[in-house]
Amino acid sequence: MCLAIPGKIIELDAQNPLQAVVDVVGVRRKVDLGLLQDEPPVPGDWVLIHVGFAMSKISEAEAADQMQTLTMLGEAEAAMEEVRGYGLEDKESGSPGQRWEQ
Amino acid sequence: MKFVDEFRTPELIGKAGEEIRRLADPSRHYRIMEVCGGHTHAIYRFGLKDLLPSNVELIHGPGCPVCVLPMGRIDDGLALAAQSDFIFAAFGDMMRVPGAHGSPLEYKARGMDVRIVYSPADALKLARSNPEKHVMFFAIGFETTAPSTALTLMRAKAEGLSNFSVFCNHVTIIPAIRAILDSPDMRLDGFVGPGHVSTVIGCRPYDWIAKDERKPVVVSGFEPLDILQSIVMLLRQLRKGEAKVENQYKRVVPWEGNRAALRAMGEVFELRPYFEWRGLGFISQSALKIRPSYAQWDSEQRFTVPGVRVTDPKAAQCGEVLKGVLKPAQCKLFGRECTPEQPVGALMVSSEGSCAAYFNYEHRKPVSIATVAAN
Repeated sequence: MCLAIPGKIIELDAQNPLQAVVDVVGVRRKVDLGLLQDEPPVPGDWVLIHVGFAMSKISEAEAADQMQTLTMLGEAEAAMEEVRGYGLEDKESGSPGQRWEQ
Repeated sequence: MKFVDEFRTPELIGKAGEEIRRLADPSRHYRIMEVCGGHTHAIYRFGLKDLLPSNVELIHGPGCPVCVLPMGRIDDGLALAAQSDFIFAAFGDMMRVPGAHGSPLEYKARGMDVRIVYSPADALKLARSNPEKHVMFFAIGFETTAPSTALTLMRAKAEGLSNFSVFCNHVTIIPAIRAILDSPDMRLDGFVGPGHVSTVIGCRPYDWIAKDERKPVVVSGFEPLDILQSIVMLLRQLRKGEAKVENQYKRVVPWEGNRAALRAMGEVFELRPYFEWRGLGFISQSALKIRPSYAQWDSEQRFTVPGVRVTDPKAAQCGEVLKGVLKPAQCKLFGRECTPEQPVGALMVSSEGSCAAYFNYEHRKPVSIATVAAN
């Protein structure tokens, strides 16, 4: 529930700069940057993501640190499942929740 | 990446343990509450209790959103979603939480359209792609999660999306801490403050705990060393007779919090006069409701909610465990009628619940900190 997942901003959405594609250990998904609108991140920045929303900017070292924490807590898989689950309909066919239906 | 390596060094963890033993006055018994369920999980996972002297006791706090939700709210949400053409969307954590007549997963087996979403924004997407259905997002969480729900509601309103609503169960941490401090059977010396909640609210909201209640608060990260360092910082304050708010998790938590997140919450939510917490009872101004300006997207304002109140199964002692009065294993049902596979109470469902954490790491398979830290 309180997982905070580190990700790197890859590109901002051209139509909506408050949406961005992030990379979390090789998995790319769109996240919402609305909670960082006061200091919007740019490609290359690292953020902590919670339920599909970037909630704070962090350094690369902190990002590695956070991923390690998730691994140590046994939550890394849950975190990756969460990231893969974000906004499936943007990247793949079907709608959110589909994975679970199978 | 030196920073990271340093954090994993078992010697540093051992040193922090030594420092705790040095600082703890043997003639005193310290009761320190870790407010956040994520901390509870980490404490059990890494066996941190084994590094503490017997007079430094950790009390598990109410910071597990699934655990503090009274059963009646789940039944209310499911009753609403039982109407035809409804989709019940919630985070995975909610799916196995028992209501009086079953969990969302069991309702799904009986034919309800129940979906796991990983983000409130995805519940909104479900609404867009299912215009013939009404999508109800069953929202839970503290201030970490509430801003995301708020932004999602702002987007729904801006789009004029009419087939989407939120059944709001968001709660706020400060009134729960106050209720615990006001509880006559609770004596605490200090708090390990929540990490990610503080990313949003900052450190100022804890000031009253230090100033008025004279108890130290240290906002903490989630690594073993973070938690041990926070305990060191608390003991240092206690030794000097100080009570202040400190931030051990500076690398993530800004002192002032996240203003954009607080603005979004202010736009969409107002405080409920009172809200029921499992184990803690009714606490005034402890939860968020959706403002009338967003009434069309509020399941409770838009539809008729049964208002179910269900008392917890009598034998289960979730309330006492939640308040820190009982340890998980002291509950009569622990490990017998109530297990993570067959939970009776919500504390056994979420990985942040103290019963599940205790069951998985103490009762079933203890993990040594040295092995985990070395890996």
